[in-house]
Amino acid sequence: MKPVIDYAELWPLFAVFGVACIGVAVEAFAPRRVRYPVQLVLALAGSIAALVGVVLIGRDLSSGGSVKGEVVMMGALAVDGPTLFGWGLLLVVAIAGALLFGERRLEGGVSAFAGQAAALPGAEPERDADAVRLDHTEVFPLLMFAVGGMMVFAAANDLLTFFVGLEVLSLPLYLLTGLARRRRLLSQEAALKYFLLGAFSSGFVIYGIALIYGYAGTMSFAGIHEAISNNLGNRTMLLIGLAMVLVGLLFKVGAAPFQAWTPDVYQGAPTQVTAFMGAATKVAAFFAMMRFLYVAFGSERWSWVPVLSVIAVLTMVIGAILAVAQTDVKRMLAYSSITHTGFLITGLVGARSAGLLTDNEITSTQSVLFYLVTYSFMTLGAFAVVSLVRDASGETTDFSRWAGLGKESPLVAGVFALFLLGFAGIPLTAGFAGKWAVFASAMSAGLWQVVIAAVLTSALAVFFYVRLIVVMYFHEPEGEGPSVALPSVMTAVTIAAAAVVTVALGILPGPVLDLAAHAGDFIR
Amino acid sequence: METEPYILLSAILFTIGAVGVLVRRNAIVVFMCVELMLNASNLALVTFAKANGNLEGQVAAFFVMVVAAAEVVVGLAIIMTIFRTRRSASVDDASLLRF
Repeated sequence: MKPVIDYAELWPLFAVFGVACIGVAVEAFAPRRVRYPVQLVLALAGSIAALVGVVLIGRDLSSGGSVKGEVVMMGALAVDGPTLFGWGLLLVVAIAGALLFGERRLEGGVSAFAGQAAALPGAEPERDADAVRLDHTEVFPLLMFAVGGMMVFAAANDLLTFFVGLEVLSLPLYLLTGLARRRRLLSQEAALKYFLLGAFSSGFVIYGIALIYGYAGTMSFAGIHEAISNNLGNRTMLLIGLAMVLVGLLFKVGAAPFQAWTPDVYQGAPTQVTAFMGAATKVAAFFAMMRFLYVAFGSERWSWVPVLSVIAVLTMVIGAILAVAQTDVKRMLAYSSITHTGFLITGLVGARSAGLLTDNEITSTQSVLFYLVTYSFMTLGAFAVVSLVRDASGETTDFSRWAGLGKESPLVAGVFALFLLGFAGIPLTAGFAGKWAVFASAMSAGLWQVVIAAVLTSALAVFFYVRLIVVMYFHEPEGEGPSVALPSVMTAVTIAAAAVVTVALGILPGPVLDLAAHAGDFIR
Repeated sequence: METEPYILLSAILFTIGAVGVLVRRNAIVVFMCVELMLNASNLALVTFAKANGNLEGQVAAFFVMVVAAAEVVVGLAIIMTIFRTRRSASVDDASLLRF
């Protein structure tokens, strides 16, 4: 069989990787002063071009009711409705990420990334680098490589592509985590923890892949499905393999009991990186997880639904309880992201075979897709706002320093309160519609225990979100109080867009829900 | 071909690696233990390729090697930076971020 590359379906992917490679060449050959504008324009142009491509391909593949998918690259990737939905969402997050990475006004003319990451913190070379206003423009190619890896991960249709996608998305993120300009010790420590735990979990993934391959005799998801249906081979091996791959995936999305890295990394990483990573990694990992579980292990549903239901409850409860005890904004948002992972898994376990669904019922794919849209916009917006609240030493994230923000800058405090209420799932925000969708999906699958736990956790979660709002509006500031830096238009646009989406999806969730329904199911 | 001994060996290597990650304190040694886990997976992949009579597992083993090499580049860079900053590669010393 002659290998073919389906450029017609895959060119958004090639555009992203192409831009990343050109970015590396720019670092090597372009003079230093032009690198920043060139890299920023490249990253934005690449993402926008790929986004246009995704829309065009979606229109091509749409025939009649839903998108008909195609398995391309000799079965390595599946371009179907959910893939295109995921690519579109990832590229929107990538555009926002590039805009945030390009922010230079907050630090007075330099980016939030280290001037020279190799220089020791506080030593002479670092001061020299600061004096001539160096910054690492390599972050843009790293961003694009991470986005490319995420797109591959979301579309992976065999175990090998799945693993390669996972690694291509992770490696750039480890580096980006360690590149903060301020508080470099924290940032390096976060990178070390993220890297060691991430590498550990990918060891589990690849061993699990080996065992599944040993059972099924093939790497392709469709082949695994067939092998399971025919019940060939040693089932113990299959189940151990499934468990090990799930360990790696749950680590990536930050689900309990593998959530320990999340707060450290979210807090230590540059806030712009946290914004991008918090949104995009979760999107990519949930698409990969759904495809892996629904396509390859769909007929094994009764092996993984109970386990994941328990993990969903555990994740929500641990995230919410620990978030209550936090006094740092970034750390609290990290624990809140753990809680949201629990809600997402709640939607995911609502999977049922298509025959059991009635018309107009929300499917679990649809609910998770919609939740990911709401969650990623709120995350981007919230962390972008965090990057604006500063004092003399850079960003300030302690609760006590946020006291009185409502008086200092009603606009910033108001927008942040909007995102917090969205996270909490207050009606008329996107969070409410998202939660309603995932709860409906789990409920109709009969998992009422999980839904009850989720509703109770939501109530607990409201407490810690509202507590921060109270701090911002009703506490007297200590000393001179917080100051809000004026961002450039790039951060401002990101925050505004995220706020608009948060409100719009709360009032009118219909169009996006329809789009998610139109995306249809994962193809085999 | 008898495949059980190879699978058993790979399981033992994987376990040594996983336990090593959990008990060792030096970041470099932890990292080497992760590499041991990846190589144990490689052994399992090629054994299963032989048992299943197709090449997918062997191809996967090559990809795992490439990924491991890329991981070394990124990992050693991060560990080196933190070692130069702190004069220590112990994972216990890196404890500024905590609850």
